[in-house]
Amino acid sequence: MAMQILYFAWLRERIGLAEERVEPPSSVRTVADLVRWLRSRGGGYVEALADTARVRCAVNQEFATPEASVADGDEIAFFPPITGG
Amino acid sequence: MAFVRVGPEDFDPGAEMERLQAEAGDAGAIASFLGIVRRGQEQPIEAMTLEHYPAMTERAIARTAAEAESRWALGGCRIIHRIGRIPVGGRIVLVLTASRHRQSALDATAFLIDWLKVGAPFWKKEHPIAGSAHWVEARAADDAAARRWSSSSET
Repeated sequence: MAMQILYFAWLRERIGLAEERVEPPSSVRTVADLVRWLRSRGGGYVEALADTARVRCAVNQEFATPEASVADGDEIAFFPPITGG
Repeated sequence: MAFVRVGPEDFDPGAEMERLQAEAGDAGAIASFLGIVRRGQEQPIEAMTLEHYPAMTERAIARTAAEAESRWALGGCRIIHRIGRIPVGGRIVLVLTASRHRQSALDATAFLIDWLKVGAPFWKKEHPIAGSAHWVEARAADDAAARRWSSSSET
C-alpha cells in the first residue's frame, strides 16, 4: 500500500520534508492509524504529530477527520489549522 | 463564473473592480474586501509569508465562490489571494462581488472573506522586526465568524 504524504507550515519544518511517498502496513486503515504509524518513525514525526488537536488533515484534497479511511494511491496532507485571508 | 487567482503577483484593486464591472452586466453594486499586511503593535513585523496547498486551494475557493454566486444571485465575483513573502503594507487578498443591489454584494463579500480565513488552506508566517519568524495561530474568533454563515450553507 503506497500513499503520497504532504506536510505544510510548521509540520513541514518539524518533519523536514514537504512531501514523501510511504508504504504503511495494511493495518493502517484510517487517518488516525496513519498518524500513529508516522509517529512510530520517531524524530520530527513525533514532534510534529504529538499534539493532534493542532493538526488538520485532507485526503485527496478534501478535509478529513481522524476516522476517515485511507487507501492505496491516496494523497494525504497534514497541516495546522488554517490562517488565511 | 467566478474569477479565482492564487499566486505571488500583486494586483491592482481599481483595475480588478473595472474588470468585474465590465463582466457583471447590469450590476448596481460592487462590494470589496482588501486584506493588507499589518505591522502590529506588541511585536511589530516587517513582512509575512503565506504558504498554501496548491492543488487544494484554488479548487476550494472556486467551489465556495460558486456557492456565493448562487446564494446571493451575484452578477460576478473576483477573488485574488497572494502567496509568498509580502512586506508590511502589501496587499494579501482581494474579494470583489457584483450584484444588482448593495445588500447581496456586501453579504456575499463578508461570507467569502470569513470563509477564506478558515476554509481555504493558507498559512501565515510572521517575520518580526526583532526576533525570529513564527507561524500565526488560528483564532477561535475566525471559526465563529465563519460559522455564522453555515446555518444555510455547507461551509
